[in-house]
Amino acid sequence: MALLEVKGLKAYYRQVQALHGVDFSLDEGGITTILGANGAGKTTTLRAICRMVRTEGEIRFDGQDLTGMATEKVVQLGIAHVPEGRGTFVRQSVEENLQLGAYTRSNKAEIHADIERVYEYFPRLRERQKQQAGTLSGGEQQMLAIGRALMLRPRLMLLDEPSFGLAPLIVQEIYEIMKRIRGQEGTSMLLVEQNANIALNLADHAYLLETGEVVMSGESHVIRDDENVRKSYLGY
Amino acid sequence: MDLFFQLTLAGLAIGSIYSCIALAVVMIYQATDHFNFAQGEMAMFSTFIAWTLLGIGLPVWVAAVLAVAASFVAGIVIERTIIKPVENAPVLNQIVVFIALLMILNNVAGWIWEFTIKPFPSLFPEDLGFHSDLVSPHNLGVIALTLLVLLGIFLFFRFTRVGLAMRAAAANPDSARLVGVSVGWMLALGWGLAAAIGAVGGILVAPIVYLDPNMMSGVLLYGFAGALLGGVSSPSGAVLGGLIVGVLENWVGQYVPGGSELKLTFALILIIGVLMFKPNGIFGLTVIKRV
Repeated sequence: MALLEVKGLKAYYRQVQALHGVDFSLDEGGITTILGANGAGKTTTLRAICRMVRTEGEIRFDGQDLTGMATEKVVQLGIAHVPEGRGTFVRQSVEENLQLGAYTRSNKAEIHADIERVYEYFPRLRERQKQQAGTLSGGEQQMLAIGRALMLRPRLMLLDEPSFGLAPLIVQEIYEIMKRIRGQEGTSMLLVEQNANIALNLADHAYLLETGEVVMSGESHVIRDDENVRKSYLGY
Repeated sequence: MDLFFQLTLAGLAIGSIYSCIALAVVMIYQATDHFNFAQGEMAMFSTFIAWTLLGIGLPVWVAAVLAVAASFVAGIVIERTIIKPVENAPVLNQIVVFIALLMILNNVAGWIWEFTIKPFPSLFPEDLGFHSDLVSPHNLGVIALTLLVLLGIFLFFRFTRVGLAMRAAAANPDSARLVGVSVGWMLALGWGLAAAIGAVGGILVAPIVYLDPNMMSGVLLYGFAGALLGGVSSPSGAVLGGLIVGVLENWVGQYVPGGSELKLTFALILIIGVLMFKPNGIFGLTVIKRV
C-alpha cells in the first residue's frame, strides 16, 4: 500500500482554484518529485497535505484521511514540512530551531541525540548552534530547515524547493545530504522543485504539474531521458 | 541626598508595577500586533476578586494567589471566547473589541463592587525586623516580589518547551504549526499569563492607589509608556522601561516645578516623544535578516 495517496485533489485560495483534481501516490521509503513551472500548483500541493489551504478530494497517509485535520495533528502523524522560504524562526537560536522541530516528542535524551545527529549531517549548524538563526546564510537556513524537519523523526518529509535561491555548489551539497538521509533514515520524501535536473537525479518517481493538473508521470530516469519531455516541459 | 534615594526607591517600586503591566501588554502585542487596552481593567477586576476573597476571611496571600490563578484562567477564557473570533478582523474592529472589553469590565466592576474607594491591605508586614528611612516595607516587598515574578517568567520563556513554543508561535505562526505547535492555544496561554502578571500588578498597586474600578487608568498609561520606551518588541525592554518610567515619574514630581501636578502629562509626553523620535524604543530589537 502506498504511504501517501492523493486522489482528485482540488485546492482553493478564496475563490481562485489552484489545483484541478491532482492524483499521485508515494511509496514508503521512496522519493517522489513534483516538477513544474512557477504557479503550477507545486507549493499548493504540499500545503494541501499539511492542511494549510482549503481543499476537496482525498488525501490518505498510511490509510488515514488527512482532510479535516488541523495542521499540528498532521505533523503528529510524522509528516515534516520544509516550507517555501525555509520557515526559519529568525530570532531563536539554531539549537532552539532544532528543539522546536522535536516539539511533539518528549524523550529528552533522544531529542538530544537527534540534535547531535543533525549536526553530523550539517556540521556548519554545529558551529553556529548558539547563533540567532536569522543571521545564517540562505544555504545554512535551508540546512536548518531540513534539520528541523528531521527532528520530528518523520516518516514523510515534504520539501518545498530546497534549491531555491542558492548557489549551485550549495544546492549540490544539500542534495548529497538528502541522499544520505534517505539512505540512513529511510525517510520518504515528497520533493517539489523547479530545478528539474537535480530533482530527477534524486527521485525515483516524478510527476509533472501544469496549471494545477498532472500532465505526465513516471519513473525519474524515464522522464529524464525523454528528450521531448525535457524540451517541452522541463526547458533544458 | 536621602530624599533622592527615597524617591528613587519608591520610583523603582511603582516602576516594577508598571513593568508588570508593560510586560503583559508586550506579551500580547508580540503575538497579535495589538495593544490590549483592557489590560489595566483586567488587573483591576483581578484585584477586586482578591478583595472579595479577603472579605470571606482568607489570608491576604491566599487571596492573592487564588486571584492570580483565577485571572490566568479568565485570560484564557477571554481569548478563546472574545478575541479568537475577531483575530482575522480588520484592525479597527479589534481595537473596538479591546475598548469595549475595557468599558465592560469597568462598569461591571462598578456594578458589583460600587465605585467607592476601598483600602486594600499590603501583602507584606509592617515590621520587617529592621527599619529603613529610605524605603517602606510595602515598597521593598513590591520590588522583591515583582523581581521574582519577572525572573520566573523569564526562566519559563527561556528554558521550557512550552515557553519556546509560545515564542515560536508569536514570531512565526505558520512555521510553528508545521512543527506541531497548536498556535491558537499558545495565544490563549499568552493571554492567561498576561492576565496573571497584570493581576500581580493590580494587587501590588492597590495598597498605594486604593481599590476602585478606575484605579488602573493611570497605571495603564504608565505601563504603556514603559512598554513603548523599552520597545514593544522586547519583553525585557518593557520591564526596564517600566522601571525607568517609575523613577522618572518620581523625579519629575519632586524636582520639576509644578511637577506633582504634571505626572500624568509627563507619561503622555513620554509616549508621544517615543512614538515620534524612537518608535522601536530604546531596547527594541532590530531583527537581523539575510536572504
